[in-house]
Amino acid sequence: MRMLAFDLPIVLHDISVFARNVAILDRVQLDLMPGAPTVVIGPNGAGKTTLLRVAMGLVAPAGGQVTWGGRSGVPPARRAIVFQRPVMLRRSAAANIEYALSSAGVARREWPARVEELLSIVGLSGLGARPARRLSGGEQQRLALARALARDPEVLFLDEPTASLDPAATKAIEDVIRAVAARNIKVVMSTHDLGEARRLAGEIVLMHRGRVLESTPVAQFFESPKSQEARRFIAGDLLV
Amino acid sequence: MAHEASALQLVLSADPALMAIVWLSLMISMAAVALATLIGLPVGAAVALTRFPGREAVIVTLNALMGLPPVVVGLAVYLLLSRSGPLGSWGLLFTPKAMVIAQTILVAPIIAALARQTIEDLWVEYRDELAALNVGPFRRVATLIWDARFSLITVLLAGFGRAAAEVGAIIVVGGNIEGFTRTMTTAIALETSKGDLPLAMGLGIVLITIVILVNALAWTARRAGERFAG
Repeated sequence: MRMLAFDLPIVLHDISVFARNVAILDRVQLDLMPGAPTVVIGPNGAGKTTLLRVAMGLVAPAGGQVTWGGRSGVPPARRAIVFQRPVMLRRSAAANIEYALSSAGVARREWPARVEELLSIVGLSGLGARPARRLSGGEQQRLALARALARDPEVLFLDEPTASLDPAATKAIEDVIRAVAARNIKVVMSTHDLGEARRLAGEIVLMHRGRVLESTPVAQFFESPKSQEARRFIAGDLLV
Repeated sequence: MAHEASALQLVLSADPALMAIVWLSLMISMAAVALATLIGLPVGAAVALTRFPGREAVIVTLNALMGLPPVVVGLAVYLLLSRSGPLGSWGLLFTPKAMVIAQTILVAPIIAALARQTIEDLWVEYRDELAALNVGPFRRVATLIWDARFSLITVLLAGFGRAAAEVGAIIVVGGNIEGFTRTMTTAIALETSKGDLPLAMGLGIVLITIVILVNALAWTARRAGERFAG
């Protein structure tokens, strides 16, 4: 049963983040609304990861304000994130999920059923007893997804979830993302892969040098990109 | 060869005097490691996970204290516990308790410094995940200690090794009294100076065997744990 405190929309208003006086995010303006997945694309160093961390509430911006459902300073109780290289806790796959359930305050008696359900959603049924660090890269990524879903999030951030995975593992992850989106969980993910963006996105956010250049529905982005950078990115040119 | 044969005979016949010395040595070292763990582990975890002015100086000091000279520690504890010392009324000088105190002072910095490094390394790895899971500070510490448990076993072993092999501090505060405060290391020192090499060698054999056995057990536990827990 979902709680009624909504984190959406997430509004990033004039957000700036600096690292050693270099702007990682430069006056970013972005609204993340309920609905189909938002896919953040852009070259390395564009600020995609930092954008997700700010929207998750893990990085405090140097300038601007983030609001979740109209409120600021909301702890990440209804938000979850899967990092590009998720860290597996040194315990079994099932215990990794139990840890997330416990930290989300789920009653212990509910754990067995929830663990089974989450392992099933990510296609890891039967691997619950396996040490998490002994799973393959793709399996670890799916376990990280299950751990994030254990928090029953309203918004799920995914930082390049298929980077360095082979096509079969990528398809497995994309299937899970579609299943998650179908459960009315807002997915916000970053990727380098334009094909993946086209397959999954409802909305595309193009970033370059810490700025949001475009934020448009996916069909519009690919059919009539507004910016020169977007046209070059779609054409496969290198944005540096 | 006569000395070696006599030494082996003492060990194999489980000579009661020798066994009493071995038992006392183990009790003192294990008590010291247990106390040092109770002190050193929370200190190491606290330094690893908090930021405060002078933190780097604390780390350097902890690391430096790993090399505390045992005789100096023995002297300091002696002065504390001697009749005219501030804790002289406790009547602990030349008792096993005084030896435990001295060894605890030697071992606690080792456990604190190595635990600090171990936990801090794991914290760098886990920080983002635990923040994303909205885990509170106490649970973070518990999680890090639990997940670093196999490495921390090695830390405890380093402490046990220091305690078991140490002679300088306990000979000063224990007095090497036969049947009361005589341990393997102090007995080896005494018997060697007296020329009773079989007993000294017998104790040496037992001491080395114990250290190897404890390390082998810890290694096995670590491998098994890693295999089943990841």
